[in-house]
Amino acid sequence: MKSESKLERILEKGIFAVTSECGPPKGANYEVIHKKGEFLKGYVDAVNVTDCQTSIVRMSSIASCAILVQMGIEAIMQMVTRDRKRIAIQSDIFGAYALGIKNILCLTGDHQKFGNHPTSKGVFDLDSIQLIQTVKLLRDEGRVLGGDKIDGIPKMFIGAAENPFADPFEFRAIRLAKKVAAGANFIQTQCIYDLTKFERWMEMVRQMGLHEKVFILAGVTPLKSFGMAKYMKNQVSGIDIPDDVMKRMKDAPKDKKAEEGINICVESIQRIRDIEGVHGIHLMAIEWEETVPTIIERAGLLPRPEI
Amino acid sequence: MKTITRKKSFEDVNKMLEGFNKIYIFGCGTCATMCGTGGNPEVSEMKKKLQNIGKVITDSLVIPTACDDLTKDMVKQHLKEIKESDAILVMACAFGVQTIASLITKPVFPALDTLFIGREEGIGYFAEICMQCGECVLDKTAGICPVTRCAKSLLNGPCGGSVNGKCEVDPNIDCAWQLIYDRLKDLGQLKRLEEIIAIKDWSKSRDGGPRSINREDLGL
Repeated sequence: MKSESKLERILEKGIFAVTSECGPPKGANYEVIHKKGEFLKGYVDAVNVTDCQTSIVRMSSIASCAILVQMGIEAIMQMVTRDRKRIAIQSDIFGAYALGIKNILCLTGDHQKFGNHPTSKGVFDLDSIQLIQTVKLLRDEGRVLGGDKIDGIPKMFIGAAENPFADPFEFRAIRLAKKVAAGANFIQTQCIYDLTKFERWMEMVRQMGLHEKVFILAGVTPLKSFGMAKYMKNQVSGIDIPDDVMKRMKDAPKDKKAEEGINICVESIQRIRDIEGVHGIHLMAIEWEETVPTIIERAGLLPRPEI
Repeated sequence: MKTITRKKSFEDVNKMLEGFNKIYIFGCGTCATMCGTGGNPEVSEMKKKLQNIGKVITDSLVIPTACDDLTKDMVKQHLKEIKESDAILVMACAFGVQTIASLITKPVFPALDTLFIGREEGIGYFAEICMQCGECVLDKTAGICPVTRCAKSLLNGPCGGSVNGKCEVDPNIDCAWQLIYDRLKDLGQLKRLEEIIAIKDWSKSRDGGPRSINREDLGL
């Protein structure tokens, strides 16, 4: 084992993994994390905590992950390079590990322009690939970027994100290969609605043999309403929702839209499970964590393993 | 290539000059003239606007190149009017402002914001091409600079926000990494993209304090 992560143990055993996500509060409200954690506990193998997603100031990912760990939930700390330079990054990784956080997802982060502090300075001292290299260096060589030996190795399972739908499409698999070469152990993808395009991407991934070098967790997000579907399609960069999915959300009766969103999500999971080289799903129920148990149960992914 | 500037709002200029009555105005005949921010027409316009709010303009002068050594002589020649002034307003880039400030013991104020070193790609359209980071990566990126042209200065891009060749920050901005990808594809060198570009040494950029070099080999 490369790390002390439970997620790594599950994936190494060949079990189809389930991770989910928890967005922290826009303030110091402990109860939000606690409540979301209660919804997810026992239904997923690990829970991501976003790091000021869309550049909106929220409770830190480290603190939120530490709360989940106290609740007995395996946490995946998302870390973006937008807000921290290499000194803070390495320092925070040490602190996170000391608090019981065994997984990290290395991201560049949304541009600060999109959040509630658009005039702030973007740091971007490293990019996501260089962040992966940094965590690997700390873990596997016991050194910081500057070269000094460290006191206490953060044995973290290293994750990265990939968006199979961003452009240039032909380059996305090459970029995934770079992340694997940098040291990524698992990949969580952007939300998938266009399964045909995702299958094409996976085909490229398999051709490059990457599915044998890294665990791939396919991202899914249930649509709550037609409004949300429109927002995701038009406003969120790198997400495309095919017309047939839009139509199903549009045509569903008003009081059945959420149910239809869940149906679509469960069907997607079932189709994703059949794709060679996919090792699990990453279920992001955005501000709808309470729906996770239903989806996981209906997708036939219960009970989760006790390892 | 030139220093691209933009006029501060007249309200901001007015605020800076609060409490100062007699004003001397400098313009610059090089970059600021080409940018339409500190040439003769802009200096005349500023003069009128300040007079309209009751300021006295002691004189004005568009220096050929405000940042160079000749500025010293120009200032000397106009010392009488400068000395009569309460404050100096400089319609040049920050180079010019600082050059003039170093020559005159009077309050000196900038009328422009200095934006970047860039080029005019169309009439009135100025774009940034290089931000002088001190460690050129153009050999690895098909001659297109991601440090300047990617909104996140990614060295191993593109990020997930690249859509139809455009940047997530602004649909009018090309994704630098799409440009790099396309060019390397045309050159048959896509393999270059597989290389991970190493973490950048920002100490060579402005993070090491103001930069200077001493080329002794060029000395007498």
